[in-house]
Amino acid sequence: MTGATQGSTLGVDIWRGTETGRFQTFAITRRAHQTVLDVVTEIQREHDATLSYRFACRVGMCGSCAMVVNGRPRWTCRTRVSEVIDAGGRLRLEPLRNFAIVKDLAVEMTQFFDKLKDAKGYFEPGPAPTPDFAVVPPATPERQAADAGIECIGCGVCYSACDVVAWDKDYLGPAALNRAWTLVNDVRDRGQGERLDAVSQSNGCQACHTHMSCTSFCPKAIAPTYAIAGLKRAVLRRALRGNL
Amino acid sequence: MMRASHQQRGFLAAMIHRLSGIALAIFLPLHFLALATALNGAPALDSFLALTRQPLIAALEFGIVVALALHMTLGLRVLAIEIFDFREQTLVPLAVCLAAVFAVGLLLILNMV
Amino acid sequence: MSPLLFVAQRATAFVLALAVAVHLGTILYAVRGGLTAAEILARTHGNVGFALFYGVFVVAVAIHAPIGLRNILREWTRWRGRTLDLALALFAVLLLGLGLRAVFAVVTT
Repeated sequence: MTGATQGSTLGVDIWRGTETGRFQTFAITRRAHQTVLDVVTEIQREHDATLSYRFACRVGMCGSCAMVVNGRPRWTCRTRVSEVIDAGGRLRLEPLRNFAIVKDLAVEMTQFFDKLKDAKGYFEPGPAPTPDFAVVPPATPERQAADAGIECIGCGVCYSACDVVAWDKDYLGPAALNRAWTLVNDVRDRGQGERLDAVSQSNGCQACHTHMSCTSFCPKAIAPTYAIAGLKRAVLRRALRGNL
Repeated sequence: MMRASHQQRGFLAAMIHRLSGIALAIFLPLHFLALATALNGAPALDSFLALTRQPLIAALEFGIVVALALHMTLGLRVLAIEIFDFREQTLVPLAVCLAAVFAVGLLLILNMV
Repeated sequence: MSPLLFVAQRATAFVLALAVAVHLGTILYAVRGGLTAAEILARTHGNVGFALFYGVFVVAVAIHAPIGLRNILREWTRWRGRTLDLALALFAVLLLGLGLRAVFAVVTT
């Protein structure tokens, strides 16, 4: 960070309220290596204790600190101020889009996690225990497809970025569908029929229009677009076998 | 400030695909009605075709052919990603689409003039 | 959309990719030096191959376009449900009817 910016003032506009509210402006001192989380924390501790926001690990592992920074959903703990500051030298912080707002920068995550369940994004072991351990070689195509999406921590960045979620509140969304795809590729799972049913309703994978914002913004470099494309192919294959 | 999701190239591709589709859906019934004037004999179709020589109509015609080329190439992009698991994320595929459309447009101008 | 509509949309997309490529090529070729009714009708009159090709083209479009419009209307307006489906089915019938009539017109005139 150059001497020209160290110690200068950063203008920060933060959303206050719920769906109705306003932006409140703060001015804080710029420091070297500042992250957006540093900024929000400083504001809450030293300027306005009524500001509500979420964080936990501070080190890019939990996804709790996700919010919209200058128009794009990010993890604030992993976002340097220097990389996102706009042309006017300001930060604009808003809660994640497509979620109901609890207060200020904290959003209601319940519907997001409910959609994980609606998409059958959980392992189905089947009615009876298997006689022995399942052998799943890591290099098999199914396991590689599952592994490509398995690191999702449910932070909501992709869901916030998705235009289709914005247009259709019922759409399951990239995270739920990506999770379903990892399980479609789990050769031990015994609930594939019900899962493909779950992801092929009118709110399912067919609604994705490959805008690819989810893939662009995922902080874990997961590509929900390709997972959803995989689901589309699975649905098509099933349909061509007469299963509409 | 335009939200970041609207600045993605996939969004632009999807919007052009969608808007060209709407244009084509409006155009098609008119196109079918125009062709069916042939039922009243060749002169009827000819008098309709004479309309298309007016500059504004010719420009609209050019526009709809470009819309068709755009809708097709961007539709092929969607099919490539969905059916053929195409993963190229650089600007190359979009550039190829636009180049094809540009070629069509250029050929059309050269042939119409 | 349902799996059935999705399959129909993507399958007709493939058909149309081929049909549109041929159609665009034909237009680009035929439009050279201007277009008259006599020129068009000379090519299309009594042409069974033409009738079959454009017949299939019309059917594919009559399926593909309304499904696309349905997505747009459901996502960008509040219209959904049975009335939307009915309206688009009517549009499909309109495209099919007008399209086949146009094919008939240029093949039999």
